[in-house]
Amino acid sequence: MTAPFLSIKNLGVTFTGGTRPVRAVNDVSLDIAEGEAVALIGESGSGKSVTMRAVMRLNPEKRSKLDGQILVGGRDVMGMNARQLSSFRGGEAAMIFQEPLLALDPVYSLGDQIVESIRRHETVSRDAARARALELFEQVRIPSAKSRLDNYPHEMSGGMRQRAMIALALACRPKLLLADEPTTALDATVQIQVLLLLRELQRELGLSILFVTHDIGAAIEVADRIAVMYAGQIVEQASARDLIRSPRHPYTLGLLKSRAHDAMVKGTKLDAIPGAPPDLANLPAGCPFAPRCFLADAGCKAGPIAMQDLGPGHQARCRRLDQTALQDVG
Amino acid sequence: MSTANAILTVRGLRKYFPIKGGILGRTVKNVHAVDGVNLEVFEGETLGVVGESGCGKSTTARLLMHLIEPDEGALYFDGKLVGSPELPLKDYRRQVQMVFQDSYSSLNPRLTIEDNIAFGAKVHGTPAREALERTHDLLNRVGLDPVRFAGRYPHELSGGQRQRVNIARALALRPRVIILDEAVSALDKSVEAQVLNLLADLKEEFGLTYVFISHDLNVVRFVSDRVMVMYLGQVAEIGDADALYADPLHPYSRALLSSMPSMDPDNRTMEPALTGDPPNPIDPPSGCRFHTRCPVVSPICSGAEPALTQRAAKHLVACHAHDPASGYSAPSPKEAAE
Ligand SMILES: Nc1ncnc2c1ncn2[C@@H]1O[C@H](COP(=O)(O)OP(=O)(O)OP(=O)(O)O)[C@@H](O)[C@H]1O
Ligand SMILES: Nc1ncnc2c1ncn2[C@@H]1O[C@H](COP(=O)(O)OP(=O)(O)OP(=O)(O)O)[C@@H](O)[C@H]1O
Ligand code: SF4
Ligand code: SF4
Ligand SMILES: [Mg+2]
Ligand SMILES: [Mg+2]
Repeated sequence: MTAPFLSIKNLGVTFTGGTRPVRAVNDVSLDIAEGEAVALIGESGSGKSVTMRAVMRLNPEKRSKLDGQILVGGRDVMGMNARQLSSFRGGEAAMIFQEPLLALDPVYSLGDQIVESIRRHETVSRDAARARALELFEQVRIPSAKSRLDNYPHEMSGGMRQRAMIALALACRPKLLLADEPTTALDATVQIQVLLLLRELQRELGLSILFVTHDIGAAIEVADRIAVMYAGQIVEQASARDLIRSPRHPYTLGLLKSRAHDAMVKGTKLDAIPGAPPDLANLPAGCPFAPRCFLADAGCKAGPIAMQDLGPGHQARCRRLDQTALQDVG
Repeated sequence: MSTANAILTVRGLRKYFPIKGGILGRTVKNVHAVDGVNLEVFEGETLGVVGESGCGKSTTARLLMHLIEPDEGALYFDGKLVGSPELPLKDYRRQVQMVFQDSYSSLNPRLTIEDNIAFGAKVHGTPAREALERTHDLLNRVGLDPVRFAGRYPHELSGGQRQRVNIARALALRPRVIILDEAVSALDKSVEAQVLNLLADLKEEFGLTYVFISHDLNVVRFVSDRVMVMYLGQVAEIGDADALYADPLHPYSRALLSSMPSMDPDNRTMEPALTGDPPNPIDPPSGCRFHTRCPVVSPICSGAEPALTQRAAKHLVACHAHDPASGYSAPSPKEAAE
């Protein structure tokens, strides 16, 4: 097997700006192969965005502490100096966000922003950069690409803006695309178009994609593998198929069961997991899910829980997995 | 349709956003954001609102809140004209609250979470101590422990945590109607379930009415009594949630509902149900606004605008194909496939 393109090992991120340190990411290990798409799902506040930002070194450096290791294409991201970082960001790795309006500059046309980004990373003529910008717009299927290059962000619809942001992210031919909830703000007709686009880019350009979403349907449409986060840790990861059909971690089971779906009778209560996640500034010694887990016993609260192998590519961080083999998630 | 128990009634609502140009900054064009919306929201119901990004859902919500002035149209609450001596704006505002799509914009970054939530209630005359107690109770109910979260600032929360603060803030004033604009879209499915259960409990406890805007079609179906589908500033279809999902009448509604992601990893979606770009709201298409993308368009569609008309029990749709008198002729299957 070849080395993964993105390799995160024992990543920790601690925010130190407040009165007590907040352990937002705690011992996260995740590999993404070249041309592979991985979806990160899980609890709100569990560290999905912080993990992603750590890969780009976008967390506030003065108020946070990083530990562990992040390798992208074999290069050590944590060791990069400012100059290396600025060529890395937007060069080898690019990120897209839920709200394109925050990432795009309102006073420049999209064409100019792409040209600018290309010329920041490479020495090419303005015309050549412009030609590449047009190619990119065509690649992300923006209709009338040529005239659209002169559009300002506010002149585009939400879906088109999201595509324009993907085009901007692809400007310097990155190998790794990080996408933080890229379709949450889009309606279903546009969402499916953007998801299909991501899948094509993955196939055509061999992009590695790490993609955060709350929409399990969206994860299934794009991801080869799915990782589930809870309280700063990855608690389960598997192929999309195994994760959906035979989830094993009690949190994953709860998450999948709590969805509103078409078979539900109106007026019934949704199956929410009772309780709330732990305080990241005061994490328990044992399993962070124990206070809410239907299987928790005294052993779960004693100390850290190790990742267990369940089969090829399927792992879960739980010591009672023998009890979850037959759970029905409906 | 009876308006007897309509808590909100909207007549002929229109809002254009001017686009300024030239050296004099004159209005050169208009974005037709909301263009002739008629609507009733019944007391105690949940009305779901879905539609394409940019079709005017948030603008409609802001018009209902009276945060922006309509160019045309009238808004009635309990049968009283909003903004008239009978119902001054200030009295109206206390009764209708909104959770905004953008969780940052509606919180004051310099106030703690606790102060953000209590602020509105204090402005409207609730004693500080009572406002604080209510705030802590609400924080608990949206699943944020006040001990940990009350003293934090908005930027110290995750997106989903901030959205729950917004829900608590809207509830703090004990309104009768709450407009929820993508209020749960930033939440994971389990927290979303908690919040939806909470909204259902509060609805029962206080007899609330909800207008629930969302892109998540599964959630809309689950929470809504009725659903309204919008396209390019207008109502395309409105009806009982179950009937509309089982048998959508408008071709846009059909495309929307068949765009829901597949839940089967071995059977992923291969083709989008709707292609082509949404038309420009500055210069909307003539006749039916969907005619540029409609798979069953007929020559009549670009000429005449279809009116929103009742076609089945409590089910209204704006489409010539459902009007026998419109002169609509269905394309042959061959044409339709092209
Ligand atoms: N600058 C910061 N200072 C202190 N705590 C922070 C900071 N940024 C994030 N956090 C905390 O770190 C945790 C992880 O946040 P993150 O944004 O990664 O969550 P997430 O999994 O992306 O959640 P969501 O699904 O709601 O977006 C949260 O509990 C959040 O409150
Ligand atoms: N202040 C404004 N000035 C100019 N145009 C505006 C303004 N606010 C909204 N618009 C435009 O009005 C139209 C309707 O926008 P609105 O935000 O109501 O859509 P929406 O249905 O809520 O979309 P989404 O699902 O993406 O939230 C869009 O074309 C938008 O660009
Ligand atoms: S380790 Fe124990 S508490 Fe944690 S998820 Fe497994 S059974 Fe539950
Ligand atoms: S009126 Fe015509 S174009 Fe419009 S939705 Fe109906 S069939 Fe399609
Ligand atoms: Mg996030
Ligand atoms: Mg909106």
